Amino acid sequence: MAQYKLVKCTINGKETETMIDVRASLTDMLRNDYCLTSVKKGCEVGECGACNVIIDGECFNSCIYLAVWADGKNIRTLESLLGPNGELADIQQAFIDEAAVQCGFCTPGFIMTAVQILESGRRYTREELRKQLSGNLCRCTGYENILNAVEKTMLQRLGQQ
Amino acid sequence: MSVGQSVPRVDALDKVIGRAKYTDDLCEKNAYIAKILHSTIANGIVKSIDVSEAMKIPGVVKVVTCFDVPKYYFPTAGHPWSTDPVHQDVADRLLLTDRIRYYGDEIAAVIAETEIAAKQALEVIKVEYEEYPFILDVQEAMKPEAPQLHEAYPGNILAHSSVRKGNYEEAIKEPGLIKFEDWYETPTVQHCHIENHICYASKEGNRITVVSSTQIPHIIRRIVGQALGIPWGDVRIIKPYIGGGFGNKQDSLYEPLCAYLTTQVGGRTVKLDATREETFVSNRVRHAIRSHIISWVRPDGSFVARKLECFSNQGAYASHGHGIVAKGMNSFPQLYPCDNIECDSYTVFTNRPVAGAMRGYGIPQAMFAVESHTEDIACRLGIDPVEYRRKHVMPVGYVDAFSKNENYYDSFNQCLDKGKKYMDFDRKFKEYQNQTGPVRKGVGCAVFWYNTAVWPISLESSSCRMVLNQDGSIQLQLAETEIGQGADTVFAQMAGEVLGIPYERVHVISTQDTDVAPFGTSAYGSRQTYVAGFSIKQTAMLMKERILKYAYELTRMPAFELDIVEGQIVRKGDGRVMISLSDLATEALYSLEHSEHITSESTYQVKSNAYSFGCCFAEVEVDIPLCKVKLLDIINVHDAGKLINPALAEAQVHGGMSMGIGYAMAEQLLFDPKTGKTLNDNLLDYKLSTFMDHPHLEAQFVENYEPTSAFGTKALGEPPVCPVAPAIRNAVLHATGVAINDIPMTPHVLFERFKEEGLI
Amino acid sequence: MYDIKELFEAVSIRHAAELRVEHPEALILAGGSDILIQMREGKLAGKELISIYMLDELRGVALEEDGTIRIGSLTSFSHITQSPVIQQYINVLGEAVDMIGGPQIRNIGTIGGNTCNGVTSADSASTLFAWDAIIELTGSEGKRLVPIKEFYLKAGVVDIRPSELQTGILIRKESHEGYQGHYIKYAMRNAMDIATSGCSVNVKLSGDKRVIEDVRIAYGVQGPTPLRAVRAESIGRNQEISEALLRRISEAVLEDIRPRDSWRASKALRQHIAVEMAYRGLSEAIKLSCPEFAEQQKGGAI
Repeated sequence: MAQYKLVKCTINGKETETMIDVRASLTDMLRNDYCLTSVKKGCEVGECGACNVIIDGECFNSCIYLAVWADGKNIRTLESLLGPNGELADIQQAFIDEAAVQCGFCTPGFIMTAVQILESGRRYTREELRKQLSGNLCRCTGYENILNAVEKTMLQRLGQQ
Repeated sequence: MSVGQSVPRVDALDKVIGRAKYTDDLCEKNAYIAKILHSTIANGIVKSIDVSEAMKIPGVVKVVTCFDVPKYYFPTAGHPWSTDPVHQDVADRLLLTDRIRYYGDEIAAVIAETEIAAKQALEVIKVEYEEYPFILDVQEAMKPEAPQLHEAYPGNILAHSSVRKGNYEEAIKEPGLIKFEDWYETPTVQHCHIENHICYASKEGNRITVVSSTQIPHIIRRIVGQALGIPWGDVRIIKPYIGGGFGNKQDSLYEPLCAYLTTQVGGRTVKLDATREETFVSNRVRHAIRSHIISWVRPDGSFVARKLECFSNQGAYASHGHGIVAKGMNSFPQLYPCDNIECDSYTVFTNRPVAGAMRGYGIPQAMFAVESHTEDIACRLGIDPVEYRRKHVMPVGYVDAFSKNENYYDSFNQCLDKGKKYMDFDRKFKEYQNQTGPVRKGVGCAVFWYNTAVWPISLESSSCRMVLNQDGSIQLQLAETEIGQGADTVFAQMAGEVLGIPYERVHVISTQDTDVAPFGTSAYGSRQTYVAGFSIKQTAMLMKERILKYAYELTRMPAFELDIVEGQIVRKGDGRVMISLSDLATEALYSLEHSEHITSESTYQVKSNAYSFGCCFAEVEVDIPLCKVKLLDIINVHDAGKLINPALAEAQVHGGMSMGIGYAMAEQLLFDPKTGKTLNDNLLDYKLSTFMDHPHLEAQFVENYEPTSAFGTKALGEPPVCPVAPAIRNAVLHATGVAINDIPMTPHVLFERFKEEGLI
Repeated sequence: MYDIKELFEAVSIRHAAELRVEHPEALILAGGSDILIQMREGKLAGKELISIYMLDELRGVALEEDGTIRIGSLTSFSHITQSPVIQQYINVLGEAVDMIGGPQIRNIGTIGGNTCNGVTSADSASTLFAWDAIIELTGSEGKRLVPIKEFYLKAGVVDIRPSELQTGILIRKESHEGYQGHYIKYAMRNAMDIATSGCSVNVKLSGDKRVIEDVRIAYGVQGPTPLRAVRAESIGRNQEISEALLRRISEAVLEDIRPRDSWRASKALRQHIAVEMAYRGLSEAIKLSCPEFAEQQKGGAI
């Protein structure tokens, strides 16, 4: 017998609730119940970071996070960054400007990791940024331009460029 | 104009906001889920399959086994079809097979309402096997007593080809020659695109539609038709955005099976979403190639006679087959020309995962062997390795008799100059000589060349369609696919350039739908910018001619006196703007006197090819007691002709370098010698480079305009991976004095070699 | 979707203990980065799970009145690294768990899960061995304290009784006061990897920094469970620091460790790096107590 549970949470700023099969991962819930398809499936075991989302300010691989655990949490996906009139967030613009996007499949996960880094308000060295970004895999870019995009945005926010 | 400018990607916006749709994002949520039952033996036959328990699981719709599927043998390689049977790819696959040839072969498929039901069903299907001995090593497989995989290929040899030039045996009699001989081994690696292969199929009317994460929609259409024994026109393939391909998706993977499965459930949608584990084991891998090189050189280092033998591990099925090692072998006599050459290459079936196309197509393997060997010669003769290469590498003016490719410029030296300067090579090369102590540094380099596209081995053609909109913008359609490399963007730039309109006014239709998109063979062989360039230029010129012809009607100025500049119809003589292209386009569509939908479409068959060149310089630090190599710095320099979009070109090079670094240092699929099972079929145990495993990646260019090319451009997609592994290996040699001839240079390999050499 | 037979969500420690008794077959699910993966792989498919993930009372790091450091079992790796208590008293633990996986894994992974799954490669475990950590288990019978060495029974098996769950990890004042530690993770990548081997060393020096009063060397993946190099430690205790001593201690670990051949690494490689890691770990741990040691070592003065 399938077992369901009501999961109430805030997703991208909006309070939501829906009945969830307790066997669902948060990836399943976000993609299937809320059509948030920026949350990608690359490995389903927490190794690639394509399904990365922010939960209460910290990054998690939603593929290995049970949907029922989302109850009471504040969840943000890439879809939350676009402004009401289609304005891009600085980090999104930086990914475009620095040619940090290729196939684009890892991009949502990377941008959400970058959001957590940028929201810390800290200034990181390039080596520290590499470590902060190391939970996301990319096969297209060699990470070079992603690092440039994140560093540039960090410096901009810190008023240092 | 936009060619040569680093304009932003046309698909970047959708990708950074998460709006870009990939295959799984498009599939209806209530699609049936298909899961494949893979064999748990490496060689043998399926005697029986009992699905009765599986059918009892709630939600299981149907189980199809190897005994149910039609017996149409089909090829899977993403090559252009040949109407000449001699040149057709080997047709050795069935949708599901009762003759198992590797651990993970596909023997049955479950269709269920949910993923869990499908997985549960797989667990309870009972299979009775008859097990045969299996073989994993390429040269062992060639022995007479080895288990035979395919009846048609005795000795497991899929193909053998040779190159002969001069007289090797006579030449080596010259007195005073020094002989260099070694074996080089490259690993089985996987593409590791972040989006696994996925497809879904359904029927519309009597036709089958497959939406697939593929590089090659038109080729997939043909293969699905062949595999199901149905007219090719009854198949429609749709290719949305894809999350990387790198050659793995230049093969028919699960599209034929998925197409067949929908026919078994009344045409309902069936989704086949490969797991990461399946991607590693049951898609395609890079051929592991073992190379044996003998060089006879004079004391000054000049080559007198050379021999190369290569043994390419094909795995269980032919896929791209012999093309890979043959390409590598053929690079050998061209890179360092020599009068007396004997080359032999063998492609051999083994009970390993199937090898297919992967970025570089045989050249990374060949360059590892050849450029390691080159370094060893220079080192032992005490010649500066860069100077040695300069002296003996393919000279300016060299023409390959087969491809007619010509080395027009002094590209090798220009690339080497840039690389040396960035690396401060001369100083470091001297400084790092004769180090002692546990941690030592070294620098190394390697060169390569790579062909652009596949002519004259196969067909090269591209078809293009342009449609003028009311506002003077155009839709651009091609069969050449966007797979992450930025193809759509450079196509827009090229079309805009010829038409005289801003590239933003060129709307590239990114999705290829074989019902709608022009015919073509798509993304492989680093061909797209070169090949599509011709059809874009030709079609744009045709378009422009039609526009200016219509402009005559509106301006009374002859077409040959008109031009299009920045979206305006301009009179050449005095530069006066006669009418805007948007006004013209509106008039053309709505004119009560002469209404015309201005479009153009054409095919360009390309009968040329072009050498692409480059080099890599690497600097390493070797921690001898820990048996670890740290890459400190690395640069690739490429002559890919004129760059259409320098920023995207640079990004391409970064990605290729990254793949090369993994190839050199960490990536390798491992197989259990007792069962043949792949041991590390996941991204934890397969050591794909992470953000922390790279130094800064420096990419530089020499832009020599390629004379054969529509826009002066040539191959860049695959080349960046080619020289990286030997450059790093040569840097390790420089640091430690230890020549590593097996990659990846993991601590396991270094530990054994350092022990042998007495360093630890 | 995970093939979970039934999911029970604990709302308190007591409730969790009750669920354990009611559902003896059920597995405890903490952060899930191990259990869910094995469930997807099929090994644990169709099992019942007791989720304790929502028990916030099991989160956090505190310094108790008697100087004991108490780490709640559900504390994530990233929170351990960020904890001021950890940073002040046993910084090496924060450094060790900061080498696990990547940032996302360190946000979901818990120190309780890392120790309860009983694997030898856990990056936290060798450091906890080095600190003589004590495992706190809570069950229907009340609390039980087990030294970490005894907690690990064999590969993949730890000493948790049917009604119990691990609620905390304790490090006593006498275990950490005056010690400095260093952890070396030996892996094939610099992120997203499991340890080929790990070595955690801590030392306590004499007041004049000339003598090693105590030394503790612990390993991961040098035996079926994490282990201490007891014999090597005894060679170092109460000895004057010298290059030769460090080499002697390091060589001696070969008598303590029990690595095996696997496809991930050979026994010979593991032995080789065990010695080198001990040497480097000792050097670094001594340097933390005695920064001048770095200069001495470089200048060959010792």
